[in-house]
Amino acid sequence: MKVLSWLTIALVVLWAVVPALFTGYDPLAGVPAEKLRPPSLEHLFGTDAVGRDLFARVVHGSVHSLSGAFVAVAVGLLAGTLLGLLAGSTGGLLDDAVMRVADVLLSVPGLLLALTVIILLGPGTVNVAIAVGIGSVAAFARLARSEVVRVRRSDYVEAAFGSGGRFPAVLWRHVLPNSLGPIIALAALQFGVAILAISTLGFLGYGAEPPTPEWGLLISEGRNYLATSWWLTTLPGVVVVAVVLAASRISRSIGRDRT
Amino acid sequence: MTRYVLMRVGQAALVLWAAFTAGYVLLQLLPGDSILIKFQNPELGLSPQQIAEIRAYYGGGDPPIIGYLHTLLGFLRGGFGYSIDTGTPVVERLAEALPETAELATAGFALAVLIAVALAFAAGYSRTSWLRGALLAVPSLFVSVPAFWLGILLIQVFSFRLGLVPVIGGSQTQQLLLPVLTLAVPISAPIAQVLARGIDQVYTQPFVPVVAAKGASRWWILWRHVARNAVLPALTVAGMTFGELIAGSVVTETVFGRNGIGRLTEQAVNAQDTPVMLAVVVLASTVFVLVNLGVDLLFPVLDPRLKASA
Amino acid sequence: MSLLDVRDLAVSYDARPAVQGISFTVEPGEVVAVVGESGSGKTTTAHSIIGLLPPNATLDGGRILLGDSDLATWSTRRMESIRGAQIGLIPQDPSNSLNPVKTVGAQIGEVLRIHKRGDRRTISRRVVNLLTRVGLPDPETRARQYPHELSGGMRQRVLIAIAIALEPRLVIADEPTSALDVTVQRRILDLIDDLRAEFGTAVLLVTHDLGIAANRSDRLIVMKDGRIEEQGPSGQVLSDPRAAYTGQLLRDAPALSVREFRAVEQTPEEPTAEPAIVVHNLVKEFRVGRRPFRAVDGVSFEVRPGTTHALVGESGSGKTTTARMVVRFAEPTSGTVTIAGAGTVAAPGTAAGVGTVAGAGAVAGGRAARDFRRHVQLVYQNPYSSLDPRQSIAAIVEEPLRNFRLGDRAARRRRVRDLMERVALPESLLDRRPRELSGGQRQRVAIARALAVDPGVVVLDEAVSALDVTVQAQILDLLEELQRDLGLTYLFISHDLAVVRQISHTVSVMNKGRIVEFGTTQRVFTDPRHDYTRELLAAIPEPVR
Repeated sequence: MKVLSWLTIALVVLWAVVPALFTGYDPLAGVPAEKLRPPSLEHLFGTDAVGRDLFARVVHGSVHSLSGAFVAVAVGLLAGTLLGLLAGSTGGLLDDAVMRVADVLLSVPGLLLALTVIILLGPGTVNVAIAVGIGSVAAFARLARSEVVRVRRSDYVEAAFGSGGRFPAVLWRHVLPNSLGPIIALAALQFGVAILAISTLGFLGYGAEPPTPEWGLLISEGRNYLATSWWLTTLPGVVVVAVVLAASRISRSIGRDRT
Repeated sequence: MTRYVLMRVGQAALVLWAAFTAGYVLLQLLPGDSILIKFQNPELGLSPQQIAEIRAYYGGGDPPIIGYLHTLLGFLRGGFGYSIDTGTPVVERLAEALPETAELATAGFALAVLIAVALAFAAGYSRTSWLRGALLAVPSLFVSVPAFWLGILLIQVFSFRLGLVPVIGGSQTQQLLLPVLTLAVPISAPIAQVLARGIDQVYTQPFVPVVAAKGASRWWILWRHVARNAVLPALTVAGMTFGELIAGSVVTETVFGRNGIGRLTEQAVNAQDTPVMLAVVVLASTVFVLVNLGVDLLFPVLDPRLKASA
Repeated sequence: MSLLDVRDLAVSYDARPAVQGISFTVEPGEVVAVVGESGSGKTTTAHSIIGLLPPNATLDGGRILLGDSDLATWSTRRMESIRGAQIGLIPQDPSNSLNPVKTVGAQIGEVLRIHKRGDRRTISRRVVNLLTRVGLPDPETRARQYPHELSGGMRQRVLIAIAIALEPRLVIADEPTSALDVTVQRRILDLIDDLRAEFGTAVLLVTHDLGIAANRSDRLIVMKDGRIEEQGPSGQVLSDPRAAYTGQLLRDAPALSVREFRAVEQTPEEPTAEPAIVVHNLVKEFRVGRRPFRAVDGVSFEVRPGTTHALVGESGSGKTTTARMVVRFAEPTSGTVTIAGAGTVAAPGTAAGVGTVAGAGAVAGGRAARDFRRHVQLVYQNPYSSLDPRQSIAAIVEEPLRNFRLGDRAARRRRVRDLMERVALPESLLDRRPRELSGGQRQRVAIARALAVDPGVVVLDEAVSALDVTVQAQILDLLEELQRDLGLTYLFISHDLAVVRQISHTVSVMNKGRIVEFGTTQRVFTDPRHDYTRELLAAIPEPVR
């Protein structure tokens, strides 16, 4: 299962880096004569209303989802972990303040938070990624703080101070390595969550502009042919599910290995 | 005990106030005057008197702090300002949309809890390891499914393939069926996961073999001892998912063409209707904070150990 | 016919054998003790009798005859009918063995409800009777209370009430007192004895504590690595052990081996030498709610260089808090601690205040505070939690040297190898992680780390309590040897009087934050003057008193 998950992610990353290796079709230009063909050996995922190969569109679209998710996780991981570390290692008033901000962020559902950011920044792939990332800051901050607090209370950290360690050395040698595991696991999980959120925002029409083959947008476009062409919505969705599942599997295996 | 209640209520109020303030700064202070200019758009067809009323509500011309206090006071009184999109008071638009969403969210939450409890208990009771594994894998599949795609898939299967649920028309129940399922599936997952993990953890507690040594059956142990302890963390998560209900309704209502808060939100984003957005954000945050306050206050009742510390 | 007849019992966990073909019997009304170290298979044996093995365990063979019926062949459903009714269980750890969200009364009544003995009224009357029988005052109130409202000893009494509620023929007591203080321990064992006499119940007593087994059993079964090394009448096994392993256990168990007292005069130091540790009028207050609570209440003692001073007491006596103030992980509310060569620490605001150090994970403040760490080192109770799981053994032992920048890389390497030799660990362990080591090995690593910077004083906080007796004996020998060779001064914190008797020169007995008795070990053990000391001593087996 673990190997399969890594293979899935590796495959999708390769799609994003060298799409030409996987498909010879043009994701943007269609052949009108071949419109709405069901899946076949020639067109693995079938074709859409203007005769574009759907598999080619999914492969070329992976770069949008992946880079977006990457940016989103980077925003959440950096901002959240930094805040959590700060709160957990200093304690006191700053700790309280940071945690109340996290409470407020948590009280607004992720999608609404993202939509608020989009109202401010306007739609677009990068803005959507940032919006999704901000939505995960609170989760990272809380986890980082609780991990730091847990590790700081451990006997071995006290023992490190006891053997003459100074604060920065102890933080670097003991607290950080021991609290990082769950944070990395959360990052892997959030990668999947971000792909979901980005495709949702794409579906609602706030991400990439058509005819960009972004996954959420692909599914949205396919809605008009629900009655006749099931593959247009079903197959891109299956790809999204596979990638998100793989990310959560990997997250769990990291969580297990590191503890 | 009263101290604990007062403290939690105060904390909840503080979070709400902070959420409102952050939303206000982002959605109204920053765009500022551009909002007021929009109301003068002749397409809205507002009379000069209405425009003056709106200007007064937003404290146009006054320093930002006055405008903020005006809006805060308005929210406390239940007036949420005016929609840029239609020029009507936001309250009216919310009132129109709320019943549809409330119906959807209530049914969705109930179904989610039902699914979660069924999954977690079945996994906790089963002794065949492959069955257990399969049951425990279901929630992680559920969270990995994009809600909008699930909705589309359900329409495709139940409406187009099987013809069980009409696409247009149909009874009230029929209309609710697929949206409720769409909303419930992703929300059931975290509850099921935490409940199942909780059950697993309680099973490792030393008191479980003691109960077994009394001669209790597996079902007796699960139902009378394990469930009672495992339900506490699951309750917290269930409270947290209440926010997701409103977010989920955005997607669900768009897919199924229902007119509720979710649809209103989508329209507000499209029209950059910041007053409506602010109201929706504050509403979502209020529901979230109140539900979680309720959960927190319920905790000491369910766990006698907390009564002492609270 | 025997009450219980176990024949060729074999149990394995995931195909790893845990119990390998053991046979023994229990006669009606008799106490049979199963003794062994961790991993010996004693708990597995007990649990297989009552059919409560974890899911990854399999019964590979053998018969478990309770009267005429072979329990090994019974279905789960049939086993449920005899659990509680014919076989009772007293578990190990009273703190977690009761469901925290149900009242005590409900949990005692439950065993009657499961076996359908009477209606609600009769059950609640019987619950009150049982609570009275196990010696809990005010039983009506107790029945309505939740487990967290009772002390550990009271909880164990409740668990005993559950085990005997239906007057079973056999009670399995799995380490029934190992989590309790010694004085409570004795009362619980007395209670089990009384009930056995009253109901004629046989008791299978599983314990790691040879002292308890010796005092409380009719027959003794010694287990090691899933096999029975020796069994027979307790007196005979103890006085004339036939298996070599039993002999080793008897030698290593501090509670049974009478050694010479360590006398202060033996130490090479001049009697007039300056004390290595002076603790003067030490007070520590904690705030619990609004009331201040004195965990340590005016403690004073002195330790001469090169000797071991033991702080002995039960949980909550303030011994650990005192130790933490001596090593400056906690700040005294008032009073002073002076370590020869490392200065004095006092409560903030007092004249003698040098570098004060705040609570857990304290940042060693100034130079003085860090210098202090070169003189005083702490070894923790739990060698599992005091070593960073992600560091190699080499990195752990080297860390103090790096912190104080002692020597270059090569010199530090040499020093680490020397230290490993000192604590008798093979060099091959240097690249390992803590989890790959046994408990005893880990504690040796912790000692090596403490010795790295050549401290004069080592504080040992229950440093051998988590270890099996044979390992415990080895660590105690190592500590003695290090003290002789390096002239170390030990402050030894322990609840275990037998261990204290063996290692320490002088003893302070603590109770409720105060020192109730101070003296040489010999004097305190042979001529106790305080009632509390006498009570503590009464709770340990005869030979070492």
